Formats: sequence, C-alpha cells, structure tokens
Amino acid sequence: MPANGAPTKITQGYRTKGGIGESTLRPDGTLKVTGEFAYSSDMWHEDMLWGQILRSTVAHAEIVSIDTSEALALPGVYAVMTYDDLPTEVKNYGLEIQDTPVLAHGKVRHHGEPVAIVAADHPETARRAAAKIKVDYRELPVVTDEKSALAPDAILVHEGRDDHHSGHVPHPNIVHRQPIVRGNADEAARRADVIVRGEYTFGMQDQAFLGPESGLAVPEEDGGVHLYIATQWLHSDLRQIAPVLGLPEEKVRMTLAGVGGAFGGREDLSMQIHACLLALRTGKPVKIVYNRFESFFGHVHRHPAKLYYEHGATKDGKLTHMKCRIVLDGGAYASASPAVVGNASSLSVGPYVVDDVDIEAIALYTNNPPCGAMRGFGAVQACFAYEAQMDKLAKKLGMDPVEFRQLNAMEQGTIMPTGQPVDSPAPVAELLRRVKAMPLPPERQWESSEGADVRQLPGGLSNTTHGEGVVRGVGYAVGIKNVGFSEGFDDYSTAKVRMEVVGGEPVATVHTAMAEVGQGGVTVHAQIARTELGVTQVTIHPADTQVGSAGSTSASRQTYVTGGAVKNACELVREKVLEIGRRKFGSYHPAWATAELLLEGGKVVTDGGEVLADLADVLEGEAVEVEEEWRHRPTEAFDLRTGQGNGHVQYSFAAHRAVVEVDTELGLVKVIELACAQDVGKALNPLSVIGQIQGGTTQGLGVAVMEEIIVDPKTAKVRNPSFTDYLIPTILDTPTIPVDVLELADEHAPYGLRGIGEAPTLSSTPAVLAAIRNATGLELNRTPVRPEHLTGTA
Amino acid sequence: MDFLRPASWEEALAAKAEHPTAVPIAGGTDVMVEINFDHRRPEYLLDLNRIGDLYEWEVGEDTVRLGASVPYTKIMENLRAELPGLALASHTVASPQIRNRGGVGGNLGTASPAGDAHPALLAAGAEVEVASAARGTRLIPIDAFYTGVKRNALQPDELIRAVHVKKADGPQQYSKVGTRNAMVIAVCAFGLALHPGTRTVRTGIGSAAPTPVRARTAEEFLNAALEEGGFWDNGKIITPSVAKQFAELCSAACNPIDDVRGTAGYRRHAVGVMARRTLTWTWESYRGARRTTEGAA
Amino acid sequence: MRVNFTVNGRPQEADDVWEGESLLYVLRERLGLPGSKNACEQGECGSCTVRLDGVPVCSCLVAAGQAEGRDVVTVEGLADFAKQRAEGGCATGACGGTSLDEAKGWQAKGTDSQTGEGTGLSPVQQAFIDAGAVQCGFCTPGLLVASDELLERNPNPTDADIREALSGNLCRCTGYEKIMDAVRLAAARQSEGV
Repeated sequence: MPANGAPTKITQGYRTKGGIGESTLRPDGTLKVTGEFAYSSDMWHEDMLWGQILRSTVAHAEIVSIDTSEALALPGVYAVMTYDDLPTEVKNYGLEIQDTPVLAHGKVRHHGEPVAIVAADHPETARRAAAKIKVDYRELPVVTDEKSALAPDAILVHEGRDDHHSGHVPHPNIVHRQPIVRGNADEAARRADVIVRGEYTFGMQDQAFLGPESGLAVPEEDGGVHLYIATQWLHSDLRQIAPVLGLPEEKVRMTLAGVGGAFGGREDLSMQIHACLLALRTGKPVKIVYNRFESFFGHVHRHPAKLYYEHGATKDGKLTHMKCRIVLDGGAYASASPAVVGNASSLSVGPYVVDDVDIEAIALYTNNPPCGAMRGFGAVQACFAYEAQMDKLAKKLGMDPVEFRQLNAMEQGTIMPTGQPVDSPAPVAELLRRVKAMPLPPERQWESSEGADVRQLPGGLSNTTHGEGVVRGVGYAVGIKNVGFSEGFDDYSTAKVRMEVVGGEPVATVHTAMAEVGQGGVTVHAQIARTELGVTQVTIHPADTQVGSAGSTSASRQTYVTGGAVKNACELVREKVLEIGRRKFGSYHPAWATAELLLEGGKVVTDGGEVLADLADVLEGEAVEVEEEWRHRPTEAFDLRTGQGNGHVQYSFAAHRAVVEVDTELGLVKVIELACAQDVGKALNPLSVIGQIQGGTTQGLGVAVMEEIIVDPKTAKVRNPSFTDYLIPTILDTPTIPVDVLELADEHAPYGLRGIGEAPTLSSTPAVLAAIRNATGLELNRTPVRPEHLTGTA
Repeated sequence: MDFLRPASWEEALAAKAEHPTAVPIAGGTDVMVEINFDHRRPEYLLDLNRIGDLYEWEVGEDTVRLGASVPYTKIMENLRAELPGLALASHTVASPQIRNRGGVGGNLGTASPAGDAHPALLAAGAEVEVASAARGTRLIPIDAFYTGVKRNALQPDELIRAVHVKKADGPQQYSKVGTRNAMVIAVCAFGLALHPGTRTVRTGIGSAAPTPVRARTAEEFLNAALEEGGFWDNGKIITPSVAKQFAELCSAACNPIDDVRGTAGYRRHAVGVMARRTLTWTWESYRGARRTTEGAA
Repeated sequence: MRVNFTVNGRPQEADDVWEGESLLYVLRERLGLPGSKNACEQGECGSCTVRLDGVPVCSCLVAAGQAEGRDVVTVEGLADFAKQRAEGGCATGACGGTSLDEAKGWQAKGTDSQTGEGTGLSPVQQAFIDAGAVQCGFCTPGLLVASDELLERNPNPTDADIREALSGNLCRCTGYEKIMDAVRLAAARQSEGV
C-alpha cells in the first residue's frame, strides 16, 4: 500500500551552506562539551543568598500554626516568608486554572507542597533554618483515587471551586471532563463478531530531566527583578509571576538560562516566584537549586491513568466500534490536566478508522502529587491501552497483529472521532510496514566463546542468568499525537530577525523567546535563516522577554511554530533587502524588476542563477529588522457534550517494533532492539530528528519496564523520590534504536514539516509491552511491568 | 561539624576513641548521600582516605587480608582468582565511579542488608578485623558481625581495618536481582561457595531479611545430600530434585519485606531461582575442574 | 575549614568550607568551575564525574576535605589533559569557568560548532559534537570525563565495553545511541592517529 503525499521541495536558498535539510551542528555544542555553557544552576552573583523551600511532610492537612522565630534567629538567615508575607492579593498561580498557592494558605493538599521559604548566606544555613520552622498540621483524610474522589460524601480537594470547568463537570473533584460521541457504538457493536475488553493501568512517570529546577533572581534598581531561569516558556512564567510580585510585567525581566532538559516538567512554575520574592524582600540576589529529592516534589508528573476499553471487530478484521473511559489522576492542582483530558479523549481511538465511538475522559483532583505535562501527554496513556486492545483483537481473530492494524489504519482523509478530517499525510500502514521490514537482530547475541556475556542478558552486570529462562519476544505498536496547542488556543510565536553587514560580511541575527531545552531549536533557527536569507553567518540571540512570546517548548510545536515565525520574519526581511537592492542597484539590471529573486550564498541571484549583487553591498550602511508574530491555522474547542470540533492542527505518527529477551523465571527484561519508523514531514536537521526519536523512544522504554513514582495509597506520600529508587534507563538498559525516517510534506506547515518530539514516546511503551507479552504469554495490563508481574509474586 | 583527618591508623583510632560519635568516611558513597540530602548531620566526620594501609591487600596461604578501603574496582581486577564470589559481587556494585571509591569496609560499616559484598563474604567465610585504641585488634566472625537492620558488632570506639576472607578452594558464584541492568541497589542477592576441601557449601543472602543471612538449613540439606550421593567424588550432575529442594530451603531462609524495590513474595521467589542457578553454575564448574584434573592425571 | 588541592593542573585554595560540603560544591560554587554537574548528588547519575588522582569518581560523594592535597581534573581541563597525554606530558592545564557575566545567557556567535579537528577540543569532546551526542548537555561533562578515561584505558572498546564503562552516567535526552556513536568515533579517530 503506497503512502500518499510527497516530500517537500525547497526552492529558496537551497544552495546556501548550512541551510535546512543539513545536519548542521549545534551552535551551543562547543560550550556544552567544555563545561562553559551556563545552566540555571550554574548562576552565581557576588553577595548572593541561597533560597530554601520548606515543604509539607503530609499530603492533606490544615495548617494550625507556623512558627518561624527560631529560623529567623539563626545567624546568616536574611528572610523567612510564609503565605502571610505575600505582597499582593494575587497569591495563586496556574497554567490554566489559578489554583496553586505560591505558599500554602491554611491547608496543604499534597505531600511536598511549599509552606515557607528561607534566604540565607549558605545553603546549609538555609536548610538548617528551614528545619527550625515549626509547622503544626492537623491531618485530614486523603483523596487518592476515583472511588474516594467521587464518593457522595467525598472530601473536596478544592472547596468553593470557581473556574471555567467547574460549571460542566459532574463532581467538584473532577477537573475537566470531555466526552466524545460519534455514530452509535451500541448499535455498531451488534455487527461485531468479536469483542474485547480491557482495564489498563498506567503508572506515574517522572520527566527526570537531569538539570534540577534552579535559577537566580537579581533585584534591580527600578524596584523590579531580573530572573535567570530554566523554563519551557518565558512569557507564560512572566504572566504568572508578575501579579504575585505586584510588579508590572516590564519590571520582571526574564532571561533563559541553560536548561538541562524539560520534557514537560518545566511548563509549570517551580522556584521562580519564590526566588523573586526572596530577592525583593532581601534586596540581594537569591539562587535556588533543588536537589534531586526536592525535584521529585518540585514539578508535576505524567498523569497516572486507569483506562477501560471495549473494541469490536468483524471476523474479517474490521473494527466496528470503540468505547472507552479514561480516568486521569491530576493530583492536587490542575496544572495541564484540562489539556491532557482533551488529548486523551480526542486521540483515544488511536490512528485507526472507527466510525462509532463512545468516549469519556476525566481528570481528578486528589491529594496525590500534581500531574501535568510530560512528553506526549494524554496520548501516551491512551496509546498504551488501545495498542494492547489491538493485539488482543488480532489474537482473537487469529490475525497477524501488524496486518490487523494496517487493515484498520487511518489515512489522509479519515474522519477523527471529533469529526475533524485528517488533512495531511497519515502513513500509518506504511510506517508499520517499514518497521516490520527491518531485519531482526540476531538471536542469542550474548553467547561468546568465553561463555555468556552477562552484559547482553537480562539482569546485565548483576549476573542473574547465563541464558537460563531467557525467551525472546517481538511486539509492535503505532501511535498518533497532536502537534501544537489545540482546542482553540491562540498558539503563536514571535521572531525578530535582523540583517546587517558586520566586518564586510552579511550577518543575520535571530532573536526569539524560544526555550532551548536541548531539542535543537537554536540549530534549526540558524538553518532557516541561512536558507531564507542566503547568509552563512547567523547569530542566535539569547532568549529573553525583550522579544514577544515564542509559546511553549512543548507539544512538538517549536520547530513548527517558532520555526514558522523565524521563516516568516526572514521572508519579510528578504523583501525589505530586495527593496533596498532595487533602490540601490535596480537600474543596473532589468532582472531586479522582472525576475524571481533569491538570496543565496551571500548574494542576490535570479531564479536562473544570475548574480545581481553581493548582499554585503546591498546592506552596506543599512540594517533590516523585523519582529513579527506568526500563527498556525486556528483550531476550535471541542463541544463539551459531543466532543465534536476541529481541535487539532496537525498529527504526528510513529511506529515501533520491540525485540525483548525476558528471563521468565526472574521476571527481568532486556530490550534488545527498539526499531522506529516515523513520518517527520521534512527533516530540517536529520541528525537532530534522529536524536529526538531515539530519546523519546527511550523514555517510552523507561515507563514500560522501570519508571514509576510510587505513592502510598493510604497516606498519598511519595515513597521513592530519588534516583536510587526512581530508576531511569542506563546505557546498559537501552538497546540499539534503528530509525527509519519518512518525509511526507504537510502542505499546511512550514517546509511541510511535522512536529516530531512526542510521537516516538507513545508507541515505544506498548511495543515493549507487546514484546514481553509475546515472550511470556501473560496479559500484562499495567505499565511499568515489574518482575513481580512476570513471576506471579506481585 | 568537624572534619578529622588522621594521617595514620593510630591517629584514626585515637580520634575515634576521643569522639565515639564520629562517622568514618572513606569512599563516601553512603555517608555523603546522607549529608547531601540532610539525612544525617554527624558532629564529626572521620576521614580515612589518608590511611594508606586501608588500601592494601595481602594474599596469604589460606586467606586474603583485604584492607577496608580497597576499592571494588581493585577487587574485580586483582582478586578474581582468590575471591571469585567477592569479585563478582564487586562487579555488581553501582557504577564504575562508585566502584572506584567504595570498598568492603563501607559495606560492613553501614551493614545495610542490601550491601552487595555481604552474601559473598558469608558464602566464602570471613572475619572482620576491627580495632580500638583501648583494646587493640579483634577478629569478628562474619556470621556474628551483622546484628540488626543497619547494625553491626562494632563498639563505638572501633574502626574496621580489614576483612580476612577465606581464599576460594572451589567455585563461587554471586547473583543479584535489580530492576535495571546496571547501577541498581539489590532487590535481593545470593552468594554461593563450594568448599571441596571441607566438602561443604556456604551461602549468603542479601536484601531478603533484616540482616544479611546464610541459608543454614539449605546448606545442611545440601551438604548431606552431596555426601550421601557421593557427589563430591563421582562428580555427577546434581539431581533436579536436590537443586529444587535446596532452592526452596534458600527461599525459606528469607524473611523479607514489601518495599518500593520489590515484594516479599518476589524476593523469596528470586532467591530460590538464584540459589538453583548459582548451584548449577558452581557445580558445573566443579565438575569441569575435576574432569580437567582427571584428564591431566 | 580550608582545603588545598590541584584542579586541572592549577593549585587551588578554598576557604570557609563547611565540613559537609562535597568536592562538587567546592568546584562549582567556590572555584568557579560549574562544568561538573549537580543532577542527583547521590552518585546515581555520573553528571559530576571528575578524575581524582586519575580515577573517575562522583565528585558529589567526595567530601571536600578528602580532596586535600589531591589532583582533580574536571571537564574544563579535559582538553588540556588529553592534549598533554597525547604529548606524553603530565596532567596539567588551565581551567576556565563561567563568570557571572557569561552566566547571564549564552550567545552563539557566527557559525555553528565546528566539526573535525584543530578546534582545541579533546577527541571525545569533538566526537560528542560531531555525532550529535549533545542535546540538553547536562549529562555531557560527566560522560566526557568517563569516555575519555575509557579510551585511555581501552583504545578499542567493544560496544559492550562502552556500555559498561558508561553505565554510571545517566542521559535523559538522547537514548544513548548518539553517545555510543561519539565514543566509537573518538576511538576510530584515535586509532587513525588524527
């Protein structure tokens, strides 16, 4: 089955070196390998203080009293602040719903909630002072799951709630609910020859970015503050910070410091407001750096979920209907829960054609840790469940699991359950074909002349097997993720591009507020500027709030939206440059007026290749600068009853094949290979594209076999907030990840590109689970799967 | 907090006598984590890094006297023949960086049931050499060393100087279960040593009871079964029923808990699997060695 | 307390060190060498890896006082360290650091990171850039120190050797594939004598 769609053809600037489509190297690479790149935790200022946060030791309690006197009396302590010290009437913040207290107000709602903050001259002094603050808690019962949250007499996590979702949810402990109904699932079920049902559990995953939450707030002479911070979206932070400080936004200057990974975990504020409050209170620069323990409490996690699915199919393998109910645990504060609900519901059917669906997704308020954005949110949880269902159906029908998926795969033109047509290439069947066609890794690679190489066996260096009990399994999965902000959000980016002559050379400067979190946006922006402006020298200006918003580095959107904004600004700059050229040199050659003109290799050329002028001559004495917002096509909200609406702007697809070896006696898993095929529309930087796919794949592997924040159901307290007990894959856990990149242009997107960052995180997990099921014959309805689940000792 | 930096063993003992609450720090791989995370604020830190003796080992006729601070990397690289079980255990310790710093003294001092060295020491047979300024040196049999959860037989004024481990007189094996293929704390661990000289088998179990323990009933059963069947002499394959019962008795020797790293049920199960496998590996190795010897004879 | 030791070939003195401070803290906060990273401070991630008397260790688990009189090489000194090793010299070199002004935001000037040789970087540093092994880069300094030491010990490592040697260094961005490529590339270039 041939894929529809065609690759993008680049006409502008394709002869300029270092443009799009090349694997140019990171502009920050040299600084990063020499240790000179300044991450947010590397900031240092003469005379700076260290901030420390005191966090709740219980999950749900009334605060009877807080006594800070002993802490304040400690030498070296400059300030201790609680809720009572907040300077304005704005005391809460939040991405969408402002329900999160800057400091606890009379009550804590989750384990690790910030209660008080301290500034001192040494981190140890600050820690000692925080330990001397006496907080008297009166503990309350905890809400931890759907049953306790929705009971008729349930304790309300937020009493007197009044936000834009509270009016339509059936219970105040539900943050948001999104049903989607299309066709008639009950009626369609009668056509089904087989029906499968499943109940699935998805564990709480942590982003586990390596650079801890940190930053430096420097008070400024005008009464404002300058914050150097690692975040995903400077302007969103600014919008939440300024009102709490009682400052106008222009007095809160923000500069992006080096970001040590994000993966969604820096969408919400962490220490930003606390550092600014302490800096303004003490008049001194204040640095806050979380340690790893605190980091587990300092950011939201991926929503754990319960997913209840029913699918039917005819005996010739066509899906008849799907019903599902997805219950996401949002924890104590809303964070991104509403958007997660939107994604989970609208993508719950997966990349398949099902005309008759009955879908419901909800997010709960509980006393568990707050959950919000993490790579692929909403879609990740759903993919784990619907892909398990696909395997069950194929098995019941006696069909090959890949062929069964291909038979039902969506394609361009398919109508989503939301009623939205898929209007760009959707090569689902082709991706599955490609991933299946890759050669399988050889069997028993651990065998060597000197015996078994335990490093290549389940258990690795722990020497648990020399081959005993080891069984190989292969599994497949494919997923669908939306790109960009959806549901009617005004999702725009701003880019400022300047072109001038420096030292006789034409140079472009690109200035955006885009958070470079490692994804390589800075590399791509320079490439776009080269392609569009025909220069080799491009300077990437540090990201700050001196330029308009670039939106969030999330939702696989930055290359699309801020990349689009850079392209757009470059096009406007190019027009101005050509205007100058016509003014200066138009009379020398008629082609200035008649031909299609390009900027290439530092020159103005005709589309026939004739050189008209050097850019250096055109720009001599004249700089051109444009700052402009750019938007993708608008989207619509989903109807709150039917879920209908053109909610998404673009979809992204990836497929995986996992090959695992399982020590079936000990329940230990070694992933041997995780092959991926993904359509990226256009690979602006192929090296970065592959890096994103391999990284996303590995995060999916992690939540398949090891990653889970464990919350005690009785106390709602986190039991494993450390890298000793929250395990992420090491290099010995990570297999080879061959990647097959498909480039089918989306004609609506800049260069035809497709957002790529998240899709590989979706299908990786269910592929690994499918492979483990294939090896063991077990049903395995939860992830991560632990040795207990494989050995019947849970 | 005070940082004490003795330059010699005598100075270290004197410092420990003067400040019995002083926390010894060598590789720092336990102590520094506790300090970094504010779990511990000792009044005194007693740095043992400058005491060269602690980094040395001597291979004697029957035992290896292993300095308390000899890093695991050195054990892996240099003592694989003499202390194969401990060398295998060393290889499972955390990461290369940790193995470059940590030594057996730290494992013994912390006495966590999850310490990787313990099962290997229990299986091989060892004595812990400890000393105090007041009473000099004494040797504590490894079987008497672990007294409770993270508790050992040391007096407050004593420091661990070395461990005397019996040189292997037969094959030894070590297995550890973790939920990751590297850099993982033991969910449970198992060490097994064949001692053809005395025709005995010794075991060690980690992370499956409040302290590291031996599976004594399992050892007794196996010793008797090997003796009765003449296995030491005839070099036959151990019958599956014997291996199975040995494994079950090893599981029964566990007294584990449910925690974030694993369930009690899994730990019991996994110890049984490791017991059976390590018995098979060591016995195969013993049989192979016998055949080679007979072939040469 | 006061601590004296050598960092990247240069004698250093730190005053008023709190006894519970780690070597990592002293390097980062007192000596202006923040290249060694603070991802976990519990020896689980390897981002703070330095050479202590030549041996790779987690500097977060070395008490500052334990470094007294000893020789430390950090990522900031890696290029010089590798250069002098190649020239047969001892491990000395200059150290840089991130001053406050520099810390106010990085700026990429002119062109992208340069590929190939002659850039003043050590072979592993260059290979990490060339192979795309750097994304957010927070794990990079520790991985570079560990990789450099691996190739010093074992110039032609197998894939399993590389994985074992780097098993104490967590990376969250790359999925490790490009890191494997980088170490293979550095080994290959090294064996070609470039």
